[in-house]
Amino acid sequence: MTDATANTEETTIYDELPDAPPKKKLTLTWVGKLGVTVVVFWLVMVFVGPYIAPFHEADIIAYDSYMPILSTTEGEGFHLLGTDYIERDLFSRILWGARTTIGIAFTATLLAYLVGVSLGIAAAVAGGWVDVSLSRVNDAIISLPSIMLGLLAVNAFGSSIPTLIMTAGAIYAASVFRIARALGQDIMVMDFVEAARVRGESMRWIIFREVLPNAAMPLATDFGLRLVFVVLFISSLSFLGLGIQPPMADWGSMVRQNLDGLGYGSYAAVWPALAIATFTISINLIVDDISASSGGSLAKKMI
Amino acid sequence: MTELLEVRDLKIEAPQKDGPAIPIVKGVSFDVKAGEVVALIGESGSGKTTISLGSLGYTKPGLEFSGGSISLHGNDILSMSNNDLRSLRGQKVAYLAQSAAATFNPAITIGEQVTESAVLHGVMTQEEASERATELYHALELPDPELLGNRYPHQVSGGQLQRLMAAMALVGRPDLLVLDEPTTALDVTTQIEVLKAFKKVIQEEGSAAIYVTHDLAVVAQIADHIVVLYSGEVQEQGPVDQIINNPQHPYTKRLMAAAHSGPKPGMGDKLSGDHDKDVANIEVKDMTAGYGEIKNGKPAITVLRDINMSVKNGHVVGVIGESGCGKSTLARVIAGLLPPAQGEVILDGTTLKGSYKQRSKVDLQKVQFVYQMADTALNPKQLIGEILGRPVEMFEGLHGKKKREKVAELLRMVELPIEFENRYPAELSGGQKQRVNLARSLAAKPEIMLCDEVTSALDSIVGSNVVKLLKRLRDLTGVSFMFITHDLSTVAAFADEIVVLYAGRIVEQGPVDQVLSPPFHPYTRLLISSVPEMKIGWLEETMEKREMAVGIARGVEITAVGCPFYNRCPIAIDGTCNTKTPPVHEPVPGHQISCHHSLEEISAIESAPQQILHGFEKAAPDDDSVRA
Repeated sequence: MTDATANTEETTIYDELPDAPPKKKLTLTWVGKLGVTVVVFWLVMVFVGPYIAPFHEADIIAYDSYMPILSTTEGEGFHLLGTDYIERDLFSRILWGARTTIGIAFTATLLAYLVGVSLGIAAAVAGGWVDVSLSRVNDAIISLPSIMLGLLAVNAFGSSIPTLIMTAGAIYAASVFRIARALGQDIMVMDFVEAARVRGESMRWIIFREVLPNAAMPLATDFGLRLVFVVLFISSLSFLGLGIQPPMADWGSMVRQNLDGLGYGSYAAVWPALAIATFTISINLIVDDISASSGGSLAKKMI
Repeated sequence: MTELLEVRDLKIEAPQKDGPAIPIVKGVSFDVKAGEVVALIGESGSGKTTISLGSLGYTKPGLEFSGGSISLHGNDILSMSNNDLRSLRGQKVAYLAQSAAATFNPAITIGEQVTESAVLHGVMTQEEASERATELYHALELPDPELLGNRYPHQVSGGQLQRLMAAMALVGRPDLLVLDEPTTALDVTTQIEVLKAFKKVIQEEGSAAIYVTHDLAVVAQIADHIVVLYSGEVQEQGPVDQIINNPQHPYTKRLMAAAHSGPKPGMGDKLSGDHDKDVANIEVKDMTAGYGEIKNGKPAITVLRDINMSVKNGHVVGVIGESGCGKSTLARVIAGLLPPAQGEVILDGTTLKGSYKQRSKVDLQKVQFVYQMADTALNPKQLIGEILGRPVEMFEGLHGKKKREKVAELLRMVELPIEFENRYPAELSGGQKQRVNLARSLAAKPEIMLCDEVTSALDSIVGSNVVKLLKRLRDLTGVSFMFITHDLSTVAAFADEIVVLYAGRIVEQGPVDQVLSPPFHPYTRLLISSVPEMKIGWLEETMEKREMAVGIARGVEITAVGCPFYNRCPIAIDGTCNTKTPPVHEPVPGHQISCHHSLEEISAIESAPQQILHGFEKAAPDDDSVRA
């Protein structure tokens, strides 16, 4: 930075000192890196899981239910995590389930973001009655418990993957709307937005060029968290038997179906629960690390 | 005297993960004797705050001590454990931050906050601490000292809060006080009030102090010893009168040159023939404006009343006044950001629409508003090239190569290198950002630029460079300027005409040299005598003047009837000044003073020292609490 400040004409001997040290690139601590590793692992499994799984998710191996870990069945093969309540290979089902659970959650979160961000920013930029009406409708949606709303939707439209995605997307769009609107409002009062308005810029320019770029980072951080909520939401619906329908493998329903096994000393319910936990906690680790790192840069600015 | 604090070869750096650490403080040594005030002076980025915090054994996150020693009473601070440091900070040393408003918790009473640290460290009981606090309120000349502790921070004025922060620091009887730019954010009149209180209390308490600032004139009033810093290194240090009266180092000389010697007539350039045109560029007629819903031509909160002024083609009009007097509001009305409740704004003879939304593109282009804070005025996610390119595209319809050429020309005009077009605002210094901010307004090829305190957030050297640039731009482009500031010296050097605003009304206006020479409106006089001079002992001399006694002790009251300055005016006439709107006198054509006294009376009062202070005996200090 100092080299360029030297170019100003009048500051010959004593340059203007820079306000802040040069901006640093985002660096993650080992905690964040661990999170990234786990998340990347699961994302790879979404694509390759079904191909490397030893069995199909619906394959019933006619031997024994609730087999312990590291057991082998003659003629069929090796069961890394044992079998579930109807003698299916648990390891294979977890690999298959990654595609269902993460795939659906990701699509639903994307949908929630598309709807929530566009309406939220629009409400912040337009203000007035647009803001008031959108916000009140949003308040109404957000005041309903999400699980109840989900149960209602699934009962009304029947349980299918598109219904699940639409339901989760619609429910979570409400909270995304709130965040996007709040972020948008903070940015709308900045002088550079006023300058753009006085210059006569269109609404589109203000939304896409002035407001959105400045809201992108916090929204991206929130995206990770929201994804976790959707995973848990879909898992809870599946746990109640209303989410993913058998024989499709889904982590939430796998926990529910194998819960009885705990009584017989089987860990079959623990493995899918662990899968949910590793994925969601890892996303949280990354999000925490990013916010700590950007919060740190704020502190560095004040040096 | 013994050395209370010894700083030897102190080094502080910012470690980088990928590369060598960035040195922030590069081997600084100085001493603070008991009962002595040492000033650390330098521009922002010179490391003065880092050093002052370092002497409390503290660094901001991301920094670390990398060498040298700091000893307080012979104990090495850098080797102390956190626990030892904590008790040291509560008892032996105290820190006063720049912004009192950010330091006080709005939900807790003043008394509780002032005494908290002393009680927490077990230095004294709550009763002792409260008693001590009340003593300090007296010493700091705060209003209603017995009951002040029960109030909340929002119930006192900014200057009072700043003094309360001093009370907070002094309750535990520290040996060393660190004051970080405690008056920088204040108006000149408030600054004097706070400086006076600080000086008195530091003398009475006998504690030593480190005073961090970039304002040499302030330092001349309060310090015994000065340390001049640049880029983390000591340039020169010595007793105050040696540095002020006989600076040796070139950097100190430069600082002295950038600091003004107080506003005087004749400081500005003479109007050159080619920009002296008598045609009004912008005219404001009988304008009243404010915030909230407008009913019957009156806004819910009236900020400006009956404003009549004009900016002639190619002229620079300085608008001065204390914060809250409506300076920025005036510029916002002209720019169309705030539609007036009454009256009109005329551009080149045609009345402009009230709101920018109804104005034509050409009108928007002709009137450009330059924001005070370049930090919020420039989109942090756009490159400088985009920030400047957009108005070029919109107003001149240039694209591609032609647009880039124009951006390069703009950068050249504000003396920035062309490579800056590929940088983000965060990669520029404060002064450079302000130049980009100006360049963006210039990109619209305006007829008038409304500059809202564009130099206030900058250091003296950087600020004076920006004013030089503005002068050059004026000569180069023939643009008219409305230059809003609370810094009279800058106005004296740059403006052709001055408008003095007080509580939303114009009390005096006219050509610079006329406004800055007698006869003065009493408020103009107060403002002029409040500007610190680079002279040791100036503070004491000034405080003896009578306009100070009244003007400093009381705050602004916004009134609908009478003269707005009534309650702070040393020569106010009871029964007249508070009931009737003052008439306008015109000593020479174009110079207007609103006052009930005749010009002869004003002149006579100025030359004869008068002991009668209007109602000063009834000026119970609790007047201040009813501020608007």
